[in-house]
Amino acid sequence: MFSEVLSLLPAGIINGLMFGAIYALVALGLTLIYGVLHIINFAHGAMLMLAMYMAYFLFKILNIDPYVAILIVTPAGFVFGYTIYRWGIGKLSGGRDQNILLITLGLSIILENSALVFFTGDQQTISLPYSYEAFDLGFLYLSYPKVISFVASLVICLLLWMLMTLTDLGKAIRAVAKQREGARLVGIDVEHVFAVTFGIGVACLGAAGCMLLPIFYVDPYTGNIFVIVAFTIVVLGGMGSIVGALLGGFIIGITESVGGLILGESLGQVGISLIFILILIFRPTGIFGSKV
Amino acid sequence: MTFSLKTALLILLGLLTAILAPLGISSKFQLDVLTLIFFTAYIGQSWNILGGYAGQFSFGGVMFFGTGAYTSSILLTSFGVPPIIGIFAAIFMGAFLGLIVGYLSFRSGLRGSYFALITLAFAELLRVLANSVEFTGGGVGLFLTYAPGLHNLQFNSPTGFYYFSLVLLVISLAIAMWLERSRFGAQLVAIRENEDAAEALGIDTLKCKIYAIMIMGGMGGAAGTFYAQKYLYIDPPISYSIALSVEMLLVTIVGGMGTVFGPLVGSFFLHTVNEFARHFIDTPGVSLIVYGFILILIISFLPNGLVGLFRRTRKKKDDNDA
Repeated sequence: MFSEVLSLLPAGIINGLMFGAIYALVALGLTLIYGVLHIINFAHGAMLMLAMYMAYFLFKILNIDPYVAILIVTPAGFVFGYTIYRWGIGKLSGGRDQNILLITLGLSIILENSALVFFTGDQQTISLPYSYEAFDLGFLYLSYPKVISFVASLVICLLLWMLMTLTDLGKAIRAVAKQREGARLVGIDVEHVFAVTFGIGVACLGAAGCMLLPIFYVDPYTGNIFVIVAFTIVVLGGMGSIVGALLGGFIIGITESVGGLILGESLGQVGISLIFILILIFRPTGIFGSKV
Repeated sequence: MTFSLKTALLILLGLLTAILAPLGISSKFQLDVLTLIFFTAYIGQSWNILGGYAGQFSFGGVMFFGTGAYTSSILLTSFGVPPIIGIFAAIFMGAFLGLIVGYLSFRSGLRGSYFALITLAFAELLRVLANSVEFTGGGVGLFLTYAPGLHNLQFNSPTGFYYFSLVLLVISLAIAMWLERSRFGAQLVAIRENEDAAEALGIDTLKCKIYAIMIMGGMGGAAGTFYAQKYLYIDPPISYSIALSVEMLLVTIVGGMGTVFGPLVGSFFLHTVNEFARHFIDTPGVSLIVYGFILILIISFLPNGLVGLFRRTRKKKDDNDA
């Protein structure tokens, strides 16, 4: 039994890394929003679900490959996020932490059930011409979609990192994150930066949704699966840390995949909630987070 | 809350109406809806103790319900313990779970959103565990046999369950009224308003919050037994459903957090909305969309809920009179 698990371990780890990169992308949006706005977006999962549906319909109706659809869904996510923050959440919340949590909870209920009404509760999957082609690593077949998703996620993480460190916009976002009143004083439109950040966070989901679709399924509740996962990664990596989200994504991806290998599919999920609880109890600032 | 004679009379009148209601209502369906309203108000009140009075929002309140449901059901199916005893075991297990979760999360200083999320994670953890281990029946769930009788807390008419839910509701209202008048309740409110100040005043905030979550847990545990005996089937997705966690905070926030009658008012209101929505568009999900909007609107414009609206107009009237 033990040696059997051991022989499967490399495959488990690599599979975990593949999913981990996408998890990281989902978590990146969440951590960015938290780091700058100091709010927890509970509707994150529901927004991911919407992105997946958008990619799904682009594929079904217009026959656009999901990986090409990234170029459409990501900007759409940005516009959606910007709009909903600027004229929705930002206006309604009144600034209280728990209020925002509840408002985004309300938003996720609305989005999920709208999806249920309009798209029905059926699980949808797509199959691409190259869905069943794979790289042969000797001990493991890696399907093309998984590899493409992995690489594309890394590229997007890199682009985001460059945006944050190299551009004026990134500088403004970081300024607002550090000192919002100070940023306002030097002439930064803080409300705009908030909305832009929220938009970028949702845009990450747009990309993640496109990459998840070929290797997962979508139904109105798909987002729920990723909510706890994303929160776990964010808390693990430290709220607001980009590098932390990436590493956290990999750690969780591997934990889930290896946990599933050792404990079986259904008990394997225990790992994620357990890590989440343990981290929150013992090190709520995460591995890379600074003291709040 | 100090009761004026008028309030006391109104409460008595309401109680009397509720007791006599089954005589006037012949439709089983309507009686079932009322039962559901009372049940939701009851479980909402459990959330209210910790969320409304002590200000600690939980997103995983369902964990106590599920644990209670499993406790009495397993005692019944595996050991033949009648639910009338099992319900006390369910209350105990709910409170015990509250003690564990409360101790772990409050001791490490988790507040606000972090506390909300950790309760969600605990509920998820328990759901996965219930799905994976043998003695809960795993994913298949537990089937209970139908054998009406008070010792089984099962009844052969909807009226029986109606009174069962009414008893639960009255107990929950009594607990909330006691909170309003007791020192402990005042301490919880102090924690809600400013935890550091409460601590500075010498309130043992950790202990108070743990007591509050234990009360919530015990109440949730009894709710689990009620559900299991009424519907005779439980499985992990039902017992630890996110939807119920949301429902209990929804009715309380809509009705009015930190008020005795908030959860009941919210439950009446939302179930009425639900029946209306179903009447016009009978598609699953529609009433939940409406709930989502109501939640956002209440949070944004009526932080004290519907009860607060009533209070405000009454206060205005009083001001005008004076």
